[in-house]
Amino acid sequence: MNSKEFIARRIAKELKDGSIVNLGIGLPTMVANYVPEDIQVTFQSENGFLGLGPAPEEGKEDKDLTNAGSQPVTMLNGGCYFDSSTSFSIIRGGHVDMTVLGALQVDMHGNLANWMIPNKLIPGMGGAMDLVTGAKKVIVATEHCTKKGGSKILKECVYPLTGAKVVDIIVTELAYMTVTNEGLVLEEIAPGVTIEEVVSKTDAELIIPEDVKIMNVE
Amino acid sequence: MNKIISYEQAIDKIEDGMTIMIGGFLGVGNPHGLIDALVNKGTKDLTIIANDTAFPQIGLGKLIVNKQVKKVITSHIGTNKETGRQMSEGETEVILVPQGTLAEQVRAGGSGLGGFLTPTGVGTIVEEGKQKITIESKEYLLELPLKADVALLGGSTVDKKGNTFYNKTTQNFNPLMAMAAEIVIVEAENIVEIGEIDPHLVMTPGEVVDYIVEGVK
Repeated sequence: MNSKEFIARRIAKELKDGSIVNLGIGLPTMVANYVPEDIQVTFQSENGFLGLGPAPEEGKEDKDLTNAGSQPVTMLNGGCYFDSSTSFSIIRGGHVDMTVLGALQVDMHGNLANWMIPNKLIPGMGGAMDLVTGAKKVIVATEHCTKKGGSKILKECVYPLTGAKVVDIIVTELAYMTVTNEGLVLEEIAPGVTIEEVVSKTDAELIIPEDVKIMNVE
Repeated sequence: MNKIISYEQAIDKIEDGMTIMIGGFLGVGNPHGLIDALVNKGTKDLTIIANDTAFPQIGLGKLIVNKQVKKVITSHIGTNKETGRQMSEGETEVILVPQGTLAEQVRAGGSGLGGFLTPTGVGTIVEEGKQKITIESKEYLLELPLKADVALLGGSTVDKKGNTFYNKTTQNFNPLMAMAAEIVIVEAENIVEIGEIDPHLVMTPGEVVDYIVEGVK
């Protein structure tokens, strides 16, 4: 299992029966592949519908039905379409229970930066700023370090923020952490990983409880 | 009154320097024929208001590549590298707006509202230069309405009066923009007779549509 699949599988365990969930593009989208069989989750797509289903069979793509990344998708029974204003009423209005987003940087205060690297890469925020503002629970799905090996879990974000103090949970291939009023808590570590390794790869200060659990993705 | 006009007649209504809203989300729901006609005519110094700048070869991204745009107000440019390049080199002004805020700015513009208060962007660079207002101890940004000279929309089924149905996820910004521009032009994938669309399914009232062009099949 690669690290992205591991992260997606762990986050899927956070899904609650009957909840409305919005998944960001890329790694977060993979969470939909691992919804536990005994629960029902409705996925919202910010381009304008509830009831996002899997990719269509080859040859059955509908040019008028895509996800927010313009990939062809399907709609499940009971879904509905709406315009962008209603879509963001759903998002900002507190009707989305959980969102999963990627990160360029995330910090111990729950600040998230995922929409631009100054003077380098400026894709724009899309719907991310509204999602972190309105979703009841914000989960960050990210690899623990950058390709160059620097920690993405920082004391303080450097890049421009997507949202201030908005993140609840951070899941990486090494650890599951929660943002609390006291600070960033290392709740779980990946199988085969030591607490020391997580600490050494984390720039943020970690609160380490006595009973750090092992991440379960089965 | 006959609202159906040719692509040439439609594009002639757009002058250099105008502000144009274009419906669509990464090309889905874009009025592709109108965009191609606008590219062919080469009308320049446009201000574009749209969710995103699509792709270099798909949808309204072509207007960016053809250097017809002076300014873009949008939420996402990541799928069109040319927008990013023109932004970095100072050729095109790009104003990035959170998607929900952009949708609501257009809605406010078309609804006679003077603005609205949103929590989105508080504590980020989006709040720079904006008035912050506290309501029941929560901070909000005052965001102002957006309007345009012309809206170019992608309709799925349109009757000859202009009543418009947008299929599936082609809806997105289209019905909001239909309310927010002086001149509203819908590119119809299918044109039908008045009365053929179930009134319950009309998403843009024909009364706000000025012109209809027949979509390229």
